Amino acid sequence: MDDIKVNQNPKLGSLDRPNSYIGRSLPRENAKKHLDGGGQFVDDLTLPRMVHVAFLRSPFAHAEIKSINTNDAKKSDGVVDVFTAKEIDEVCKPWIGTLGHLGEMRSPEQTPLAKKIARWQGEPVAVVIADSRAQAEDALELIEVDWAEKEAQVDMETALDSNAVVIHPELGNNLFWTRTVNQGDVEKAFKKADAVVEATLDFARHTGVTLESRGIVADWNKAENKMTIYHNGQAPHMMQHIIAKHLDLNEGLVRIVSRDVGGSFGIKVHVYPDEMAVTAISKKIGRPVKFIADRLESFTTDIHARCHKISGKLGVDKNGKILAMEIDDLSGIGPFSMYPRTSAIETNQVLNLSGAPYVIPNYKAVGTVVFQNKTPMCQYRAVGHPIAVAITEALIDKAAYKIDMDIDKIRKINFIPDNAYPNKCPSGVPLEDLSHEASMDKLLEIMDIKEIEAQNEEDFKKGVLTGHGVISMCEVTNPSPLFYGVGGAHISSQDGASIRLEGSGAIHLSSSITEQGQGTEAIMKQIAADQLGVKMESVRVTLGDTDATPYGGGTWASRGAGIGGEAVLKAARKLKDNILNIAAAIMQTDKDTLDIEDNNVIRKNGGEGITLQKLAETVYYRGHELPKGTNAELLATASFLIEGIPFVFTNSAMGCQVSIDQDTGIIKINKFWAVEDCGTQINPKLVEEQIRGGVIQGIGGALFEECVYDNQGNMQNATMADYLVPMAYEMPDIIVDHVTTNSGRSIIGAKGAGEAGTGGAPAVIMNAVNNALKQVNAEVVSQPITPEKILKALGKI
Amino acid sequence: MAGNNSVNISFTVNGENFNNVNVPSRQHLADYLRSQGFTGTHLGCEQGACGACTIEMDGKAVRSCLVLASQANGANLKTVEGFDDEMMEKVKQNFLKHNAFQCGFCSPGMLMTTKEILLNKKKLTRDEIRSEISGNYCRCTGYQSIVDAIEECINEIN
Repeated sequence: MDDIKVNQNPKLGSLDRPNSYIGRSLPRENAKKHLDGGGQFVDDLTLPRMVHVAFLRSPFAHAEIKSINTNDAKKSDGVVDVFTAKEIDEVCKPWIGTLGHLGEMRSPEQTPLAKKIARWQGEPVAVVIADSRAQAEDALELIEVDWAEKEAQVDMETALDSNAVVIHPELGNNLFWTRTVNQGDVEKAFKKADAVVEATLDFARHTGVTLESRGIVADWNKAENKMTIYHNGQAPHMMQHIIAKHLDLNEGLVRIVSRDVGGSFGIKVHVYPDEMAVTAISKKIGRPVKFIADRLESFTTDIHARCHKISGKLGVDKNGKILAMEIDDLSGIGPFSMYPRTSAIETNQVLNLSGAPYVIPNYKAVGTVVFQNKTPMCQYRAVGHPIAVAITEALIDKAAYKIDMDIDKIRKINFIPDNAYPNKCPSGVPLEDLSHEASMDKLLEIMDIKEIEAQNEEDFKKGVLTGHGVISMCEVTNPSPLFYGVGGAHISSQDGASIRLEGSGAIHLSSSITEQGQGTEAIMKQIAADQLGVKMESVRVTLGDTDATPYGGGTWASRGAGIGGEAVLKAARKLKDNILNIAAAIMQTDKDTLDIEDNNVIRKNGGEGITLQKLAETVYYRGHELPKGTNAELLATASFLIEGIPFVFTNSAMGCQVSIDQDTGIIKINKFWAVEDCGTQINPKLVEEQIRGGVIQGIGGALFEECVYDNQGNMQNATMADYLVPMAYEMPDIIVDHVTTNSGRSIIGAKGAGEAGTGGAPAVIMNAVNNALKQVNAEVVSQPITPEKILKALGKI
Repeated sequence: MAGNNSVNISFTVNGENFNNVNVPSRQHLADYLRSQGFTGTHLGCEQGACGACTIEMDGKAVRSCLVLASQANGANLKTVEGFDDEMMEKVKQNFLKHNAFQCGFCSPGMLMTTKEILLNKKKLTRDEIRSEISGNYCRCTGYQSIVDAIEECINEIN
């Protein structure tokens, strides 16, 4: 067994005991199936009489559908039927992607298939149902659509101009949502400032590029009035509710099964028109229907992310103390706000989180979210964080340079002190249990800034531009009902766990948290075995099935360990208590003299105990032997939700050093460091892998990834050969370290760890690049920072 | 329609004989293998960019999405389900130890590429390992743990 690497939460019990699994980097034995080719992904499923679909998608960003002729397609080999919006709308009600708690949002009704107007390139318009996907694709070519192409509103920056193309005429203009935050008096404070710095940054659209594309198999069983959906999603109970609601089904008779999911990162938590169409088709034709997005469909219909232009201003006094910060963010979300989480949350997070680590007495933030004729934009890993962190940290570096202060020092003097929590973000969002000071100290300790600065200077003499950066950030994790539920979305904030001792002595655990590769199953097993006192291998886990697990929210917003893990802990403690009561009755002793170790009820004084198997056999098969009145309950359930605060925040400090080749503009990341404080780490190795994977996705956004559009709204690089994702060769090793401040909201003390990497890496990369470019008085302000942008900044092209 | 043409071929998969089977002339090998239940072969892009569908064909790593099923006539194929020799079991143990995968979707292709690296019997630096696996896309791990696992395999085997 690996050594415990981190200080543990004393609430979790002694470390020096058998079955102490929390805090250990144990391998995911349950995941070995993937190395044997034994995963069960949606596309691996074949059902009797299953049919396949292919969607006819709009080739235009904005076009009127004057007519659709499907007659020839219907006659094509293997075709079962061809549907347009008319047929699908008979069984599926439209939806609207708005929430009620964040001010007025305006988004029109959306249907699975476009009706009269297609509003983005890739929007589904018609669907062929056939015996095979290949036959369905053949028939697509026989559908005749009379298109009347319309002018597209592609650029978000002109979307609110008086001569803009209004995408939804009934709304009058292209405004979806706007919000202003105003704390203190920024105008007055800027006047008092000794130095005021400004920056305008833009962030291109990118997307999730999960290696497994979106997929669904819908199986309507008329005889049972039951809809079973095999879906590679993140929130099975949310999907259960939504499919029941829009297809007018009994919610209790909708079953969502999410087995193995090949990466999600927020992409797979939304309701997609094509997936709703698939469920409607199954209901209509009474057969199982499979849809697996191909890569072109992924690029043009998976939600995109970011797409921001943000201006910021920061005022400091001569000692570097921040007096005021102001930001103004514009974001373009495509033609619809996504359902049911809305496409407002990314901007909302930018407003909430900018400046979050620091004491900023005067803060003003304006966010404007507009429609445009591009793929819908919505929540993706580290929602809003890259923008909030990049603008904050860019401004702080600029201020430091302006008043000639070290970049670490200016941060340290402005941090909310570690001993000053609970506290608030500049935006007013409550914060608690954070450690920016300790995390930055740890980062500086592992980075060795002096040596890095010496290297930078050495490189400069050789003609290489080398620079470094450090940043601090807050990461939103473990949301409470104040995130979505309060706004009217049926997305559970509470999660449940159910645990039982079976006749064989085995432990079965089920949880409403889902697995997409993070290691959910492994950590749930560690918590249950640790708290119960049994060997890991005696616990088996069921996840991702609404018929078999407790009700709950699923895995998103880095909530699995902190919320779902706490429910498992509570359920395991309850079961242990029940077992000890039963054992005390059987063994004719006081419960307090007993404990459970290695699947045995033991007497603390060393006398003879009883195995859990024997105890279970007595309860289940020879219950008459138990003393009268014994409560022989071997099933325990528990639930948990965060109360009294909107989110449990994690904090992180990151540093990196980059070198720029002045001839090619290529950036090389020499080193990358991340210090994370996510409270209790249930499995430190898995936490570190979340951070590393997250950082790499952040590097992708910072340096490579962009959904490139032409001015007619055609995506230009919708293939994996053209869209650049981080590949192994360009990526650095990442040094990860920790500070541990447990969350006071739970016994387990865990906060989330899934998103800081993605949220912070773009900021620290950009700061390091600009630190390097500063040596030649150059600067970049746009992500991804491509070689072309570097060469332009250097005046070479 | 062209889609209905088929070709009669024979080949083996993981040592199992497929004699005189009809495969659609336009079907790629990955789709064919998956249709026969070898679902460990995954499809990520169907254009040879992501590496998820990499299998072994007559001892060489190939993208099974870029090979037509009909081209497999006479070939000996090996998919992830057949990676059960001593070396590959060791590789899997190292992947597990280093958590060199998260969702597992890239793993079959990554294992195949690892096998090819190991069969070359060369001592590689971490940068060279990164170069060798740069045709296999992994969105989850950030690659470091995969490099760790392969590095350990190389050290054990050489």
